[in-house]
Amino acid sequence: MDITGRKLFVKALQEEGVDTIFGYPGGTVTDLFDELYKQDGIEVVLPRHEQGLIHEAEGYAKSTGKVGVCLVTSGPGATNIMTGLADAHYDNIPLVCFTGQVPLSLIGNDAFQEVDIVGMTRSITKYGVTVRRREDLGRIIKMAFHIASTGKPGPVLIDIPKDIQTATGPAEYPSSVQIRGYKPNDTVHVGQLKKAYKMLRGAKRPLILAGGGINIARANDKLLQFVEKTQIPVVTTIMGKGAIPTGHSLYIGNTGMHGKYAANMAVSKCDVLFSIGTRFNDRITGDLNEFAPKAKIIHIDVDTASISRNVVVDVPVVSDANLALEKLLEWAESKDTEKWQAQIAEWEKENPLEMRRDHGMTPQMIFEHVNRTFGDAIYVTDVGQHQMWATQYLELDSWHQLITSGGLGTMGFGLPAAIGAKIGNPEREVVCFSGDGGLQMNIQEMATAVVQGTPVIICLFNNYYLGMVRQMQQLFYGKRYEATCLRRRKTCPKNCKGPNAACPPYTPDFIALAKSYGAHGIRVEREEDIQAALDEARTYKDAPTIIEFMISTDEIVLPMVKGGNAMSEMILK
Amino acid sequence: MKNRWIALYVENQVGVLAKVSGLFSGKSYNLQSLTVGTTEDETVSRMTICVTSDDITFEQIKKQLNRMVEVIKVIDLTDVPIHMKEILFAKVLGINAAEKQEVFQIAQVFHVEVSDIGNDSVLLECKLTERRNNELIALLKSKFRRIEVVRGGAVAIESISTSCR
Repeated sequence: MDITGRKLFVKALQEEGVDTIFGYPGGTVTDLFDELYKQDGIEVVLPRHEQGLIHEAEGYAKSTGKVGVCLVTSGPGATNIMTGLADAHYDNIPLVCFTGQVPLSLIGNDAFQEVDIVGMTRSITKYGVTVRRREDLGRIIKMAFHIASTGKPGPVLIDIPKDIQTATGPAEYPSSVQIRGYKPNDTVHVGQLKKAYKMLRGAKRPLILAGGGINIARANDKLLQFVEKTQIPVVTTIMGKGAIPTGHSLYIGNTGMHGKYAANMAVSKCDVLFSIGTRFNDRITGDLNEFAPKAKIIHIDVDTASISRNVVVDVPVVSDANLALEKLLEWAESKDTEKWQAQIAEWEKENPLEMRRDHGMTPQMIFEHVNRTFGDAIYVTDVGQHQMWATQYLELDSWHQLITSGGLGTMGFGLPAAIGAKIGNPEREVVCFSGDGGLQMNIQEMATAVVQGTPVIICLFNNYYLGMVRQMQQLFYGKRYEATCLRRRKTCPKNCKGPNAACPPYTPDFIALAKSYGAHGIRVEREEDIQAALDEARTYKDAPTIIEFMISTDEIVLPMVKGGNAMSEMILK
Repeated sequence: MKNRWIALYVENQVGVLAKVSGLFSGKSYNLQSLTVGTTEDETVSRMTICVTSDDITFEQIKKQLNRMVEVIKVIDLTDVPIHMKEILFAKVLGINAAEKQEVFQIAQVFHVEVSDIGNDSVLLECKLTERRNNELIALLKSKFRRIEVVRGGAVAIESISTSCR
């Protein structure tokens, strides 16, 4: 018996095991929402803006390992999810996003709320398609879930014209799908891997560089075993942080633009760099000619296109991190790396990661309290200085503890992603770190958090500035703080050189704002009050809490490497 | 930097051409020509793509094409025996009788067909290799004041026993 497209839509979601969808209604998707009304089992989360919606789906997907599902209307509903699509594409988050579309007969007519969303998002989705025939709907949804979640995961967009939703057609939802052009790699070339391992065995100063691929593949346990068996030190990228427990004696820290001195020195001086699940982004490599100049480079990645793109490697291995590590574990033998470890410890002693403690409450202090307070929380960050501090100072001991927008660097990601993570993990604590700039980019999602009953704890680092850019202005642009002060008003002098007694008050008052949403707000200005604020926030189980930490404007992220410079040329003080 | 050729099998669907060409513009690859048409299997289109690039970029182009869901197969035609031809129409305009004779001579030497003619103009129809077409255009430009050219981009297929590129 034939059924309507809208019925098949819900049936498909049920068969895919979808329990939550993030949806914002509108003219061209009202049929689909009407069908969702008639079922139980799939929870519909209504956000307050579609950009918040897709970041919520990202946080949900990243924290649960399931596919995040979005449903938005045509036109502005669709264009509002574009930033999130790009973010998910960059950070390999599995999403299936349904967009409504005007009826087939109106496509191309500049109809009300018509945009060519598939055309617009071609370069920021793993796959995107408009359903043009009702009989294709089932196969396309099946394809979408398959493509989004396999190989290197990513977002898939399905554009469904309104008349396809109401047209009748086959009731079957296929149980599997064959795509002739899509064959995710599920093997590993053993010969090539052996060559890589031999090279690693022969090294005097071997180093493992673990990227986000470890966390995506959930190869953390295997990596840890491999590291412990071989005694090879590890550095991570930001997306790879937590690949092995940060407290492990063989873990050095993050490498890259704001990496640890010892970690960047280790990369610069190692003789074999065993990298796995990283794309050698420019924030990791700095000046390519000076990147790991003494090292033979091994690169394991599931995506052939990531290999030898930025950095030319000596031994490429195309493989999922899990598969490769499984094989490597068969061969792994203990290696004497004590001298090399001692050298790294020496660098660590020379320039440890720490902030001055002699003037007020520093971000480091806040993270130290956070580390002591939360056992197995999910940490989510926004983008900016606080994000870098989080990646420097947070201690992580299992794979799903840190969710951050690494590739695209999307301000406004933090709050909604934290809400999504909490929806996916109601039993775990979720702590969001954000800046006063980024939090305001999706502040409307406070309402979503309240109505969803998701008591996320928002640690807001307020320094009155768009701090990351201000830091660049301070160091490289002669302290010309153009458009980075969030207190600035028309009455301010043109050439302000920084905060002073005449500065206007900050707006909004985040504590009053939290209260107006029905959430909780605590302002912290002194180190002595950090712990009490965290403890209080943990007692609120009904609604989120904003803890506003008043941070000195002068706190900058150090060490740092200026964009394009060699990783060994670090600004330390 | 040199010219390289790719034969690309893709799904014959809406938007695939835009996706492939968008990859070249989005990633700043230097596209020389791209032709597309359906194959013996009408669900599959075949493109012949010519790019100018260095070795590393070319490897990356092939990988990027390969990872597209709509791409079925990527064949590197750069260093294999192929037959390659490009269709070209060249109109020579505003010429007198003597110049017309000259165009005929050129047509003879290049083995191209004179497919149309008027009082003061001649239309040449050429199925030559890309390089030979380039030479012909250069020659016509150097000899005549006004020419009008339309070219189709190279199409190529792997050789059976002989080759021509």
